[in-house]
Amino acid sequence: MAKISSFFKSFLLLELLKGMAVTGKHFFAHKVTVQYPDEKTPQSFRFRGLHAQRRYPNGEERCIACKLCEAVCPALAIKIEVAEREDGSRRTTQYDIDLTKCIFCGFCEESCPVDAIVETRVFEYHGEKRGDLYYTKPMLLAVGDKHEAQIAKDRAADAKYR
Amino acid sequence: MIKIEIDGKLIETENGVTVIEAAHQAGIAIPHFCYHKKLSIAANCRMCLVQVEKAPKPLPACATSVAEGMKVYTHSAQAVKAQKGVMEFLLINHPLDCPICDQGGECMLQDISVGYGGVASRYHEEKRAVLGKDIGPLVSAEEMSRCINCTRCVRFGQEIAGMMELGQAFRGEHAEIMSFVSGTVDSELSGNMIDLCPVGALTSKPFRYKARSWELSRRRSVSAHDSLGTSLAVQTKSNRVLRVLPIENDDINECWLSDKDRFAYEGLNSAERLTKPMIKQDGKWHEVEWQTALEFVANGLRHLANGAGAAHIGALATANSTLEEMYLLQKLVRGLGSNNVDFRLRQTDFSGDGKQQGTPWLGMSIADISRADRLLIVGSFLRKDHPLLAARIRRAVKNGAQVNIIHSADDDLLMNVANKAIVAPDALLETLNQVARDVAAQKDVGIAASLRSGERVAVLLGNFAQQHPQAAQLQAAAQQIAAATNGKFGFFGEAANSVGGYLANAVPGTQGLNAAAMLETPRKAYLLLNVEPELDCANPQQAMAAMHTADLVVSLSAYKHHALEYADVLLPIAPFTETSGTFVSTEGRVQSFKGAVKPLGEARPAWKVLRVLGNLLKVAGFEYDTSEAVRDEALHGMDVAARLDNGIGAVEAKPYAGQGGLQRVSDVPIYATDAVVRRSAPLQATTDASMPRVWMRSEELGKLGVQPGTTVRVSQGGASVALAAALDDRLPKGVVRVAAGHAATAALGAMFGTITLERA
Repeated sequence: MAKISSFFKSFLLLELLKGMAVTGKHFFAHKVTVQYPDEKTPQSFRFRGLHAQRRYPNGEERCIACKLCEAVCPALAIKIEVAEREDGSRRTTQYDIDLTKCIFCGFCEESCPVDAIVETRVFEYHGEKRGDLYYTKPMLLAVGDKHEAQIAKDRAADAKYR
Repeated sequence: MIKIEIDGKLIETENGVTVIEAAHQAGIAIPHFCYHKKLSIAANCRMCLVQVEKAPKPLPACATSVAEGMKVYTHSAQAVKAQKGVMEFLLINHPLDCPICDQGGECMLQDISVGYGGVASRYHEEKRAVLGKDIGPLVSAEEMSRCINCTRCVRFGQEIAGMMELGQAFRGEHAEIMSFVSGTVDSELSGNMIDLCPVGALTSKPFRYKARSWELSRRRSVSAHDSLGTSLAVQTKSNRVLRVLPIENDDINECWLSDKDRFAYEGLNSAERLTKPMIKQDGKWHEVEWQTALEFVANGLRHLANGAGAAHIGALATANSTLEEMYLLQKLVRGLGSNNVDFRLRQTDFSGDGKQQGTPWLGMSIADISRADRLLIVGSFLRKDHPLLAARIRRAVKNGAQVNIIHSADDDLLMNVANKAIVAPDALLETLNQVARDVAAQKDVGIAASLRSGERVAVLLGNFAQQHPQAAQLQAAAQQIAAATNGKFGFFGEAANSVGGYLANAVPGTQGLNAAAMLETPRKAYLLLNVEPELDCANPQQAMAAMHTADLVVSLSAYKHHALEYADVLLPIAPFTETSGTFVSTEGRVQSFKGAVKPLGEARPAWKVLRVLGNLLKVAGFEYDTSEAVRDEALHGMDVAARLDNGIGAVEAKPYAGQGGLQRVSDVPIYATDAVVRRSAPLQATTDASMPRVWMRSEELGKLGVQPGTTVRVSQGGASVALAAALDDRLPKGVVRVAAGHAATAALGAMFGTITLERA
């Protein structure tokens, strides 16, 4: 009996058709491959990409040099030096993030009491030399200035869950 | 002993202690802010509320005495509810600016609010704001909104520092801490308020925004700035000393620290630091390599020893050099064949040498001072020379001890003084001898009556008495008084290693010249260890003259200073935070410490420099690898406690030289005592470090026809300086007080002697 069924299966190319059906299904199905860089995957508002330092709308930098991010950073990627500014406020004189050390855990962002250090949606940054990935305060502020609109929108979207 | 129960734990405790003390003894934590074990009870923060069985309401643990069978619950529902309620009230007006607060990370309010604070505040109205105040260069009161009105700082001023410089003004919500005597807090112990403040209201001004507490590494050290041997925690970051805090040590400093010890670190990285060896050639200074500099010194010394003779070499060290440094210095000089080595730079009377039965010391333990019931303090600017000992004595006086003073200046000691005899320096000995005679004759008059009525008498000679031209006779008189009253007598050590210098044998012995003689009959070569002769010597005029005539002056110093004028070689050495070493405190406590940071630039620990010099000069026995090896050799087989003895044999009577005319009385201002302190900017900005003035009685002012504040010309030994006149009618007649150890008065002569005044 088994012989007969096997004979008909091979005679009628049923296995081949089954295989072809699978192929055909995937051939016509919706494609999941993203054609980067022409296409991009959607990002969460919690995406943890390149760091940025933010400013208040009046242009004042947010960071108050409390050093909590430096303390919490598990990769020891942040270095901060502090001094009193002429107006008596506590400010950083140096705020460096070594992106080659950073593991993008987001602890710095979470520990920040004034939402100064944030991780943006930017992930397409590069450095030609190792040193290019050592981000200093002006670089971080520049990132923040460039993406402030998006950053602010993302914080607002996340606010209700915090 | 009574039995009580705290949180179900049976505790046996003494009657009269408070619940919080009993709980702490048993290791049970009760949250508190205003309670401090060394201060009186205020019970105004209410954080320590606990439930006591049969009490209708929660009681403050800090102000409730224990009673037999008492049952206390520190974590019952009622207690926790009360504590949380208090916490909520405390946080209502607190600005919660922890991220920018220097206290963040070491704040009691922060710590306790983790356990007892709410998740969010229910208070949405405006918070109370208190304006910041400027209370001086050391303590910052910029953010008084953070204050929770625990009044620890106020009580500290009243009870420990002796002067209530901060107080609480206004009531209720308007209550605030402010200074109201002088505007600034001038106490020499003011820094302790920073430690006491449980929040960030009073913080350290020099440390402002320098670092967070968690970034600092702590290194144990010993104070180099006074003779107490205070235990220090030197806190460093990136090879730089950023803060100095006390380590609690009940036998020495309790939990306090004088401002001098606390803020001197600011001088460690002064721009004046010497970081490369330098040699003067043809009148010009050149930075050179260590090898070159050391060979230059070795050649110079060898040449002199082989030529004119080793007796022409003199070595001077300050008494805040370490034991190892002084030991190697004397070993080097003795190896070259000279015995001219001394560390007692401000001493003028050496007639006791050879008659001392041991090493002069405090004569008792520091804790014994608190236990003494009758004290006689001779010739001491107590508050400024020994701030923490003064605080101890102040507390002893509060507990019933009587303090008697014999001195040539009447500074306010901020304590009740039973008897005082303020006499001119030439009458100091006679006054003390009179007391000795009264005591011996069992007369009950004045100081003698006070001393005779005590059970634990302490006679203590201060810096002024040690520097006095009749120091040996003063010591002999003190010995008589102590013997007759069955008491103890001793010296307040002048500097960190005043006892250690003797143990290291950095004294000339019978063959060598002492510090004064070395400068009086100038030597051809001087080795200076940490010494700034114009500031550290008894007679700066003589010292500078000797330096200028010498052929070779080698200055081992951490700083570039006046030595640039007279020295031939400058060797950069490390201050106490950058070297390992040993200090022997005034009570004979041998304390070794390690360096907290690496030496700055090319500076090297002085013991290493002296070791290499010893090797280059081929002096035997200079093969040391560690400072511990030096210390072990210096103290080898020595029973330090047995060496300490203030006894003195019969000394020849010597009249006070320099009578007639106005007598000079000199103190070394509190922030002019050593090289590091002199370069600490915050300390130099204090009132205590203000420009020296000529203090005189109103008769003298009248004779000159000047007002206080007018500049007058002060002449001594052929030189004169212009200083502002000041009025002090408490000085004895015929006495003028001019500070020593200060650049402004360095041109003058000896610390004791006659002085002339004229209108500028």
